[in-house]
Amino acid sequence: MSIDRRKFIKMASAAAAMGLSGFGAFERVLAEDIIPEELPLTGKRWAMVIDIRKCAEQEDCHECVNACHFHHNVPDIESREEEIKWIWKEQFHNVFHEQSYKYIDEELGHQPTLVFCNHCDNPPCVRVCPTKSTWKRDDGVVMMDMHRCIGCRYCVAACPYGSRSFNWKDPVPDIDKIYEGFPTRCKGVVEKCNFCAERLARGIEPACAMACKHDALTFGDMADPQSEVRKLVREHYTLRRKPGLGTEPQVYYII
Amino acid sequence: MLEKALQGDKRYWTWIGILVVLMAIAGIFYIQQFNKGLTITGLSRDVSWGFYIAQFTFMVGVAASAVMVVLPYYLHDHKAFGKVTILGEFVAIPSVILCMLFIVVDLGQPMRGINIMRYPTPNSLMFWDLIALSGYLLLNVVISRVTLDAERRAVPPPGWIKPIIYLSIPWAVSIHTVTAFLYSGLAARTFWMTAVLAPRFLASAFSSGPALLILAVFIIRKFTKFEPGQEAVKKLSLIVTYAMLINVFLILMEIFTAYYSNIPEHMNHFQYLFFGLDGHNNLVPWMWTSVILAVVSLVLLINPSTRNNNRTLGFACVTVFLSIWIDKGLGMVVTGFVPNPLGTVTEYWPTIPELFISLGVYAFGLLLVTGFYKIALSVKEDYQLKEEKHKKVIARTSGA
Repeated sequence: MSIDRRKFIKMASAAAAMGLSGFGAFERVLAEDIIPEELPLTGKRWAMVIDIRKCAEQEDCHECVNACHFHHNVPDIESREEEIKWIWKEQFHNVFHEQSYKYIDEELGHQPTLVFCNHCDNPPCVRVCPTKSTWKRDDGVVMMDMHRCIGCRYCVAACPYGSRSFNWKDPVPDIDKIYEGFPTRCKGVVEKCNFCAERLARGIEPACAMACKHDALTFGDMADPQSEVRKLVREHYTLRRKPGLGTEPQVYYII
Repeated sequence: MLEKALQGDKRYWTWIGILVVLMAIAGIFYIQQFNKGLTITGLSRDVSWGFYIAQFTFMVGVAASAVMVVLPYYLHDHKAFGKVTILGEFVAIPSVILCMLFIVVDLGQPMRGINIMRYPTPNSLMFWDLIALSGYLLLNVVISRVTLDAERRAVPPPGWIKPIIYLSIPWAVSIHTVTAFLYSGLAARTFWMTAVLAPRFLASAFSSGPALLILAVFIIRKFTKFEPGQEAVKKLSLIVTYAMLINVFLILMEIFTAYYSNIPEHMNHFQYLFFGLDGHNNLVPWMWTSVILAVVSLVLLINPSTRNNNRTLGFACVTVFLSIWIDKGLGMVVTGFVPNPLGTVTEYWPTIPELFISLGVYAFGLLLVTGFYKIALSVKEDYQLKEEKHKKVIARTSGA
C-alpha cells in the first residue's frame, strides 16, 4: 500500500477525530473477553513426573501424544528426517543410554519412554539463542517465540536431549485438523513443548497430563513441598536425563 | 581505482562470465529454497547443520589467515611480505562476506536475520561472532583501501592507519576463536566440546590460508606481469609447514584423548569419521583421503628440496588445502550431530540444490577476489613499470 503525504494527513486526522469521539477504528473490547474463565495456574517451578511403569502396561497408548499434538497443531510428517515432535516415545536405552548396560532386563531396555522438552533450570538453548526467541519464565517454563525465531538452529545444536524440532517446510498441509486455540507455524522456525503455557494461563493443566487416563504423567510445582510431584519424587527414586551436564532438567522418571 | 576492475582482456571476461553463470544457477536454487524451505537440503532433525555452516566455518579460517602476512609485515617489518600483504587482505574481505552469506543461506527465516541486531543477546556466541566478523570486515576494508591508495600515489601510508593495522592482528585471531566457541561451548555435542577446538581452527586456518595465497601467487605469475617475490613464497611455505604440523599434532591429541580415556561418547564420533558407526560410513572415504593428503603434504613440506621447488610446493599447497577442507568443510560440523542425543545415527549428505547454492556463494567470493586482485595488481603493475623505467633512466644517465 502506498499513500502520499496529503492522504496520510487526511487519514490521520480522521482517525484522531474518531478516537476523540469514542468511536475508535478498533473494536471495543469488554473486560470479560480478556479475563480468563478461570484464574491461571501459578507455580514457582513447574515440573513433570513420568511413571514409565504405567506406560509399559498400556503398550499402544498414545493419548498424551495425540492430545498434545492436536492442541498445538503439530503436523504429522511421515519423513523421519523432517518430523516435528513435541512429545513422543523412545526406548529406555536410548533415553538413558548412560544408564543402560549389556545385561539390562530386556523389557526395561526396550520400554517406551516419553520424552519432551525438559524445561531445564539451566537451559543451554536459551543461552545460545541470538535473538532471545527462546527464554525461561520465572515459573521455569522454557518458552519459544516462533514469530521472532530466525531459524538458525543454534538451539537445536545446543539441546542435549533432541527435544527441538525445526520446520523444514510449511507444516500446515500436514496438520490433520487445525485447532483454532493455538497458532500454526510457518516454515523455517524452531518449535518444542511449551508445558502448555497457553493452558496454564487459563487455569488448565497441560494437555498430555490431562489426556493420560492411567496416571502416568503428573504435572505440578516442584518448589511446593506439598505438591503431588514433590510427593512422587519423595516416595520414588527418580531418574533425570543427563543430569551430569548441569542443565537441571525438570522431567523426572519413575522406573 | 575501481575502474581497473572493469578493464580486462577476453580471458578475464570469460572467467567473470563463468562466475556470473554459477551465481545465477545458485540464485535459481536459492529461490526454490526460499519458497519451499530448507527441506530441499539434506539436513534433518538429527543433523540440523551441514554443508552451509561447514563452509562458513572454513571460510572464517581463510579470512583469519590474512594475519599471517599482516603480522610479519607490519609488526616485524618483514619486507618480503610487502607485495603479498594486500593480496592477503584482499582474500580476507571476500572471505568474511562469504561467511555472512553462508549464514544467511542457512537461515530458516532469512528475512528475520536482522533480529540478531534488533535483540542483541550477549550470552549468545552468534552475537559475538557477528560483531567479530563485521568488525574484521570493516578493519580490512579501511586498511586495504588506505594502504593501496598510498601505494598508488607512491607515498607512505598515513600514520593513523598503524594502530588500526595493529588492532586487526588480534582481531583476526578473535574471529576464528569466537567461531570455535560457537561449537566448543555446547555440552550437548561432545565432539565439539574440546578446549583445543579454537587452537585447531587457528592452526588449520594458518596453514590452509597461506597455502591458498601461495597458489594465488603462482596464478598471478602466470597471468600478469606482477612479481610478488620468491622470498615471500619461501616464507609463506614455512608458515604453511609449521601450521600444518601443529594442526595434525592437535588432531592426534584429540584422537589420543578420546581413545585412551575410552569414553564411548568421545570415541563414537571418531569411530564414525574414520571407521563408520552402526554401518553408517558416508564420511569414511573422505576422512582417509584427508589423512593421506595431510601425510603427503607434510612429506613434501618438511623436506627442504621439495618445499623450495615451486612445482612440488604448489602440489603440497593443494594437498594442504584439500585435506583441511575435507576435515573442516565436510567432517567437523556433521560429526558433531552423529550420533544424535538419543544415540541413533542419521547420516547427512548435501543435496544438488545445496551444493549449487554453495558453489554460487563461492563464485561470488571468487568474483570479488578477482575484482579486488585486478585493482591491486593494476596498481602494483603500474608501480613496478614506473620503478623499472626509473631504474633504466638512472642506468642510462649514470652510464653516459
